[in-house]
Amino acid sequence: MTLQVTDLRVYYRTLAGDVRALDGVTFDLADGEIMGLAGESGCGKSTLGNSLVRIDGRMKYVAGTVRLDGLELPIADMDRMDEFRFKDISIIPQYAMSALNPTRKIGRMVADLLESRGVRFGEMRTELERRLLLVGLTEAVLDRYPIELSGGMKQRMVMVLSTLLNPSLLIADEITSALDVTSQRAVAETLVEFRARGFVKGMIVITHDVSILYQVADTLTIMYAGKLAEKAPTSVIMQKALHPYTDLLISSLPEVGVRFDERRLSGIPGTPPSLLNPPPGCRFRDRCPLAFEKCAEEPPFVEVAPDHSVACWKVA
Amino acid sequence: MRRYFGRKLSIYLLTFFVAATIDWLIPRFMPGNPVQTLLSRSALPPEAVPAMTAYYNNLFGLDQPFIQQYVNFWAALLHGDLGRSVYLSGAPVAKVIMDAVPYTLALLVPAILLSWWAGNKFGALAARRALLDNAVLPIGYILTATPYMWLAIVVAWVFGIVLGIFPISGGYSYALEPSLTWTFIGSLLAHWVMPFASLFLVMFGGWAIGMRNMIIYELDADYSRYLKALGAPSGLIRRYAFRNAMLPQITGLALQLGVIVAGALVTEIVFSYPGIGKLLLAAVQNEDYFLLQGIFLFVIGGVLVANFLVDIAYVLVDPRTRLGMRGESA
Ligand SMILES: Nc1ncnc2c1ncn2[C@@H]1O[C@H](COP(=O)(O)OP(=O)(O)OP(=O)(O)O)[C@@H](O)[C@H]1O
Ligand code: SF4
Ligand SMILES: [Mg+2]
Repeated sequence: MTLQVTDLRVYYRTLAGDVRALDGVTFDLADGEIMGLAGESGCGKSTLGNSLVRIDGRMKYVAGTVRLDGLELPIADMDRMDEFRFKDISIIPQYAMSALNPTRKIGRMVADLLESRGVRFGEMRTELERRLLLVGLTEAVLDRYPIELSGGMKQRMVMVLSTLLNPSLLIADEITSALDVTSQRAVAETLVEFRARGFVKGMIVITHDVSILYQVADTLTIMYAGKLAEKAPTSVIMQKALHPYTDLLISSLPEVGVRFDERRLSGIPGTPPSLLNPPPGCRFRDRCPLAFEKCAEEPPFVEVAPDHSVACWKVA
Repeated sequence: MRRYFGRKLSIYLLTFFVAATIDWLIPRFMPGNPVQTLLSRSALPPEAVPAMTAYYNNLFGLDQPFIQQYVNFWAALLHGDLGRSVYLSGAPVAKVIMDAVPYTLALLVPAILLSWWAGNKFGALAARRALLDNAVLPIGYILTATPYMWLAIVVAWVFGIVLGIFPISGGYSYALEPSLTWTFIGSLLAHWVMPFASLFLVMFGGWAIGMRNMIIYELDADYSRYLKALGAPSGLIRRYAFRNAMLPQITGLALQLGVIVAGALVTEIVFSYPGIGKLLLAAVQNEDYFLLQGIFLFVIGGVLVANFLVDIAYVLVDPRTRLGMRGESA
């Protein structure tokens, strides 16, 4: 088992109160598993990804544990967590295009970063160049400033950098959203390639792009309003989803190869509940065609079949 | 790079040309006749007035056609001749200005550079120390929000009149003759402290707040967040943030330079400090064409030179401008 997340709760502090963006999430990620994470905008996907790497000042750790390769991560301790970042758990952020310091040559920045983490840049250089070639970049990029690279090149640079120290777990947040279709395919292939070469073991791929999920994800996890709705192997989710939300989400998707976004999803009537003071019980209740009395209680996220977990009273 | 600076330089020269022309035009359209003013002060017998008017008009070249005056102006300017001051009884303007310049520079240059340096240091420090921040922010805001005139008067009143530590007016004690003695240098210094300190304080507050806000912004920028996510130590992140936050401060310095000339004007007037600002006021009050023109030319030149220096500094620190230049010549 690579990753075990148990009852993770991380809120945002706001003046109006806590936004319960991640409210009790439990799942496992097997060794070598690429897990797709999908759900409507604002359901907490990035919050989940970021919580595993870095809980920043706006966020508040409330409860839960994260174990990586059998070791509990001190995710609430900003300083102790530094040791694990980059080396054991790494992220390709949603903002990869602007993730590089604009006033530093890329090579210098990479060197600064590596040295600051106690890794000799000189020793990594050959490996770095090898991996750059793998994503279609030459070592010349190291001598350039970020503005000299195209968006796609920056994206690939960040992919290589984030995985350079062979982390166990990689979180890739919307890494294809800003790319054209060809680049999207290339990026997806790169992710699979990275796993095949052992650069990373497990991966959580957050995306709005179904075609990418088909292409790379072994399992799919569907989130709704700060909670997990369903997790199962990709083919199961696509064909035999059990949760009513998953069902609606999948059926509202256009055919493979076309991206879906918020507008497409307006196919599901209603809007998700506010995460500021979410109502008790199943959070999907207001929009669920199958809702009944029992749904006023919160449905547990339980395994209904091997590797298939669902949070719904109708299923359990 | 050559091409870039060549182009910049020609833009500055063009600016200077246009500004100098406007500078030449403005006093000529101002109300009042300086020769008349001069004569009315000298209590001449009435029958001598027409003769003296003609004499002065000829001396200052005012009897020539407009265009000729303009050509003469440039010809003289290229020889470093700025004409003669009417109010200082025909003293060469260039010399009058050069006598005042050291005072203004001694006030401005340290005040600008030190406040910029200290303000940036302090602001950067405040951005990461809550305790300091809680002190710097209000003090900085109060300093920048205070009208300069008011602050200068308060400083003069507290340190000059109530505490009596520093003299409140002049560039040196009127009892002394300018000379290279310790007494005179001491007097110069004592007279310099308050105008300098008041200028420094006002600018310091602005820089400190600007830097603090920039650093906080940079520390939250995507590249900082990425480094944090990869576990980079805060030292590295702060180093990057500081460098990037300096860029707008350098531009700010260039922009300030223009405004600062006005700041010095008020300082010199409040403290009767014998610099360019005080001279400017005198020139206006006495409708002294040539002096006014000369001072404006000097200020224009100063601002342009300062901006050019900042351009060079900017190219050295920001790779993006260098790249822009490369793209241009390609
Ligand atoms: N800094 C913040 N302060 C308060 N609330 C926040 C903050 N960041 C996010 N949220 C809230 O937390 C919820 C989850 O946000 P998150 O960014 O995780 O969504 P997401 O699923 O990644 O959406 P998207 O698909 O648009 O990227 C949202 O409802 C959002 O309004
Ligand atoms: S628990 Fe009830 S409301 Fe929630 S998804 Fe299942 S049936 Fe719908
Ligand atoms: Mg997101």
